[in-house]
Amino acid sequence: MSVLVYIESEEGKFKKASYEVASYAKAVAEKMGTSVTAITFNAGDVAELGNYGVDKILNVNNDKLKNFNAEAYSDAVKQAAEKEGTKVVILSQSANSKYLAPLLAVQLEAGYASNVVALPESTDPFTVKRTAFTNKAFNFTKISTDVKVIGLSKNAYGLKEAQADTAVEEFSPNLSDKDFSVNVESVDKATDKVTIADAEIVVSGGRGLKGPENWGMIEEMADILGAATACSKPVSDMGWRPHSEHVGQTGKPVASNLYIAIGISGAIQHLAGINAAKTKVVINNDPEAPFFKAADYGIVGDAFEVVPKLNEKLKEFKEKNA
Amino acid sequence: MKILVCISHVPDTTSKINFTEGDTKFDTNGVQFVINPNDEFGLTRAMWFKEKQGASVDVINVGGAETEPTLRKALAIGADSAIRVNTPATDGYQVAKELAKVVKDGAYDLVIAGRESIDYNGGMVPGMLAQLIEANFVNNCISLEVEGEKAKAIREIDGGKESLTASLPLVIGGQKGLVEESDLRIPNMRGIMQARKKPLNVVEPAETSVKTEAVKFEKPAPKGDVKLVDPENLDELIDLLHNEAKAI
Repeated sequence: MSVLVYIESEEGKFKKASYEVASYAKAVAEKMGTSVTAITFNAGDVAELGNYGVDKILNVNNDKLKNFNAEAYSDAVKQAAEKEGTKVVILSQSANSKYLAPLLAVQLEAGYASNVVALPESTDPFTVKRTAFTNKAFNFTKISTDVKVIGLSKNAYGLKEAQADTAVEEFSPNLSDKDFSVNVESVDKATDKVTIADAEIVVSGGRGLKGPENWGMIEEMADILGAATACSKPVSDMGWRPHSEHVGQTGKPVASNLYIAIGISGAIQHLAGINAAKTKVVINNDPEAPFFKAADYGIVGDAFEVVPKLNEKLKEFKEKNA
Repeated sequence: MKILVCISHVPDTTSKINFTEGDTKFDTNGVQFVINPNDEFGLTRAMWFKEKQGASVDVINVGGAETEPTLRKALAIGADSAIRVNTPATDGYQVAKELAKVVKDGAYDLVIAGRESIDYNGGMVPGMLAQLIEANFVNNCISLEVEGEKAKAIREIDGGKESLTASLPLVIGGQKGLVEESDLRIPNMRGIMQARKKPLNVVEPAETSVKTEAVKFEKPAPKGDVKLVDPENLDELIDLLHNEAKAI
């Protein structure tokens, strides 16, 4: 009966988003009067999950699952759900979880709601609030199947500590050759940089910066704040910055705590992709730029003058508050 | 190689989003509909397979007759024929199920869909379809090549990318990167004329069961005005970010 949560790890370690889905799973379980079981893959120290209300951990240790593999992971989660008699499976909305979730939903004959932003409005009928129209609206989705799969948007619920007496169990799902028919040949990932997906703060530059040679101050700000760097679509289209930094409707979504837009006018496609960021700051010399309507804080000024000064101030602030 | 490209019929990004009937229905009044951007990257990549490797390219939509202009646009871009499954698209599973039947009956080798539509943002149809027809699946695909039965794909992951190989049949959840923005094609007059004569087959739905239902919509609360900070007083911004927004 327990609520099952799929906990992602990287190099055996959990991320903040892992504790967020665990916290959410705990609250859903309480609503339903049941416990929380987590499934982890090749995770090192799993004890920390006990601080977020996880009652039981099914830890899969299998070298074949070192790299994420949607089909195989989905198969394993499905078997865990069946073993636990789970009615609700919860996962994050990372690239990997979004890859896995629809496969799992079909395997469990479950209804799946993605981009969920709150606890279920009711559990009978099971209704959840999710974003739609690329953050321009919410919809309440009723899931009518016996088993449900819920994808929780990043930063939508937060971390809630809850002590649990956690039991850890090794779990060995039966995996078939079919599970490995998509082969990972190589993974190319910068390990020294904060990713847009994980970042608490994203610093983003647009066409107003005039050329790729001017990104030093953006990177400096990101360094000071421990932020990820991003850019607008024209900037990536012109090749000033890599495509992987493009945020917006056809690029990466941003759901960080803070988004700082520098020299970005705020085209509707851009705003659609970053609307889920909690606090938005814009620095632009054009007071008519549409971004000022979407932002919480704004500075009308020349980025080339404002940003270096702001970087100095941020450095001082960080030193004082270290 | 037989390719099927899934086309979602979605409101143009600049559309005003409103709801009617007590916030239970999307208000299509005055809304311009377009090919879902993520699907358009896939369609354009399919055109490359057609032109360079002799693939056939069909496009499909699950929806009412109002989606036909969007399918005609895909034909004008260069698809060979179009299929419309004549039923409203109400949830991802139902759409995937309808697509699965067409893919099986048509023996398609490669299905290219967008990673998500920009209206409901479900992000579930490509994966569900792959699972239903037991095909391989690559999501967030930013590069795709096919030689014989073997496909090489690159998938965007959080913080990087991953190179994958898989055999056909294959389902792709595609996005920008499959082709660049500058590769997208605007239909020319000849394409539009030809599109009128290309087949658009309407097929009746196989099954209409749904697992989820959007019961109600809500618009975000209106945002307060931006707080402007004097560029000569950056301490104020830092103070606001620290004490008010608690963001640094």
